[in-house]
Amino acid sequence: MAVVFEKPHALADVPLHYCPGCTHGIVHRLVAEVIDELGIEGKTIGVAPVGCSVMAYNYFNCDMIEAAHGRAPAVATGVKRANPEEHIVFTYQGDGDLASIGMAETVHAAARNENITIIFINNAIYGMTGGQMAPTSLPGQVTQTSPYGRDVKACGFPIRVCEMLAELDGPEYLTRVTVNSVKNVNNATKAIKKAFQNQIDGKGFSLVEVLSTCPTNWGMTPQKALEWIDEKMIPYYPLGVYKDRSAEEGTK
Amino acid sequence: MSTKQMLFSGFGGQGILFAGKFIAYKGLIDEKQVSWLPSYGPEMRGGTASCSVIVSDDAVGSPIVSKPDVLIAMNLPSLDKFEDNVAPGGMIIADSTLIERKVKRDDVKVFYVPATRLASENGMPTLANMIIVGKLLKELDDFNEDSVNSSLKKVISAKHADMMEVNLKAMRIGAEC
Amino acid sequence: MAEKVLMKGNEAIAEAALLAGCRHYFGYPITPQTEIAAYMAKRMPKIGGTFLQAESEIAAINMVYGVASAGYRVMTSSSSPGISLKGEGLSYLAGSDLPALVVNVQRGGPGLGGIQPSQSDYFQATRGAGHGDFHMIVLAPASVQEMAELTVKGFELADTYRMTSMILADGTMGQMMEPVALDLEVKPAPEKPWATNGTKMQRPHNIVNSLSLIPDELEQLNFARYERYRVVEENETMYEEYMMDDAEICIAAFGIAARVSKNAINEARRQGIKVGMIRPITLWPFPKAVFRRAADHVKTFISVELSMGQMIEDVRLATECKAPVLLCNRVGGMILSPEQVLEAIQNAAKNGGAN
Repeated sequence: MAVVFEKPHALADVPLHYCPGCTHGIVHRLVAEVIDELGIEGKTIGVAPVGCSVMAYNYFNCDMIEAAHGRAPAVATGVKRANPEEHIVFTYQGDGDLASIGMAETVHAAARNENITIIFINNAIYGMTGGQMAPTSLPGQVTQTSPYGRDVKACGFPIRVCEMLAELDGPEYLTRVTVNSVKNVNNATKAIKKAFQNQIDGKGFSLVEVLSTCPTNWGMTPQKALEWIDEKMIPYYPLGVYKDRSAEEGTK
Repeated sequence: MSTKQMLFSGFGGQGILFAGKFIAYKGLIDEKQVSWLPSYGPEMRGGTASCSVIVSDDAVGSPIVSKPDVLIAMNLPSLDKFEDNVAPGGMIIADSTLIERKVKRDDVKVFYVPATRLASENGMPTLANMIIVGKLLKELDDFNEDSVNSSLKKVISAKHADMMEVNLKAMRIGAEC
Repeated sequence: MAEKVLMKGNEAIAEAALLAGCRHYFGYPITPQTEIAAYMAKRMPKIGGTFLQAESEIAAINMVYGVASAGYRVMTSSSSPGISLKGEGLSYLAGSDLPALVVNVQRGGPGLGGIQPSQSDYFQATRGAGHGDFHMIVLAPASVQEMAELTVKGFELADTYRMTSMILADGTMGQMMEPVALDLEVKPAPEKPWATNGTKMQRPHNIVNSLSLIPDELEQLNFARYERYRVVEENETMYEEYMMDDAEICIAAFGIAARVSKNAINEARRQGIKVGMIRPITLWPFPKAVFRRAADHVKTFISVELSMGQMIEDVRLATECKAPVLLCNRVGGMILSPEQVLEAIQNAAKNGGAN
């Protein structure tokens, strides 16, 4: 009988702790598929963040490290530099981890064109701690710590990470994708694969921002959350490639 | 047992730390126990610089020289600051080109060496420090050309090996003062 | 014995680290330890190692965390304010049982403080480097030779016990030059089967982690860690005794304070005062037993420190109040003079401490 569906080898055979409708599970699977496809599980070391995906270290079959909050790019820098020829290193970080407490580590890893791969989950909220305002929460967005809606006068504007990093000379590849439809999932897979392939090819810092859902803390059904990405998030965070140095240089 | 506690002091840029390092290396080559401790921080950038050098037959305890047996003062602020600390019976060597006043203490040996003038007259304007060092070695009865040469080799990098001879010359000028 | 060379304490640490096989250094500039970074910046590229000036001390310690996870010898160095920033990483290194070497060339504090020598990070190093129950092995060199030797030792202990070793020096020790012989014996690093260096599809995945959400499991992890610490206390405590045989006054001092105290002790002995010194070389584990034994015949202890009195608490704990423990100190970057220590010894002697 033809096998039509199986778990990627790189994805551990354990139940995930994520809430129903959360897209972390999809992104985990995509990362694992890419690791399988590129045949790199045995040399891959993943770095988990603090946040909802803190326990990602249990979900991948490659070696895993749990980093302090925001410090995953620095930890990944260490792992990569420990053995640049052999180690394939990725971080998996949320928006609070990557764009708030860990912004310095993110920017400087990008500026150094550190040869690592970053999977950046942007769901516009702090999920693990119960739904507080994130650096990427939208203007007017109601959260536990912005109960009247994010007031940009008081707490500033959301940060568009890809656009910001694209201003740097350092990074190789910056792209924003989402996983709220089959088509978008396919695009996300391609982006993640490219981000790992870049590392294998020694091209450098590659970051894939994935617009993701948080039905629990957004207070929506999973279906509505997927729609909210189209309606609210993509207009503020347009999908697309923000930097692809090799491709750009190739066309010159 | 003999221990010499020396304090080298002057402007940043006069080669104070270098002179101290040379004396420390000379001690090492002469099989003494030595330590060298610089002042550090913003004062190094053009302000006063000083270093403590101890050369001893026994293990060096504190590397900090607070009551020097020898004070090398290459500018007035250094003499003002450290003159009173010199141990009775000790020695002060002052660069008399840059220090116009006389030493007030009468319980120490004092040598005035116009090192800066001699250096510029002899076409070695950056080596007033080594002229003073030459004088110091002579007064300590320690001007042994062999160990002076070996010590110079330690403090002058191979890249600047051509500076060996002129450093030696500067020391001889100092020793003749 | 190898030819002795004159080296700054900071440089001796850096060279010894290279001899110990450390090929990864991460740091951020801060006085008075920057020579370590400068030395590494010069040497690492020539021997295929990594020198990286990190964006912050926080990043540097986390890069250390990454290399340590992968199983390689790795170090960072800083001075007091920078070590505070590394505190988070030190706790995580302990929580993940990772070996690393961290150097603190102390300066006066608190806050930005000054840049002159100090020993006021003793509490931080021996008790409170970060949150949670943990210890680091804290080594206190008192000569440039020891800066080198304890660096090698620090790497070895870190690997053996899967702990962070900290070299707790100060501005004087870092900046001073002394003769040093670099023919150091280095034991090869042990196997690290726990390292996250890729499964090569030949073993289950390794996880380096400090998170443990189940209280009784986390409790067991702490118990096991402290059992390991107990072995360290038993086997790795180091100290030097100086003229302690007949001492009725005992100086407790480490690092530069011990150097200054030696001058004072020599002078006091000439004056007939029976004084000696116990110099802890490991500040954690603290050499409790030797102090406890000394308390049987010593009438007065004097803790000589460049702090407001931090190690004095360990001396008091170790001597169990069998004899008074006095403090002789300077702070803020000021350094004790031998005369000040001598005066403290003379006062103690006058007050019945000895003679």
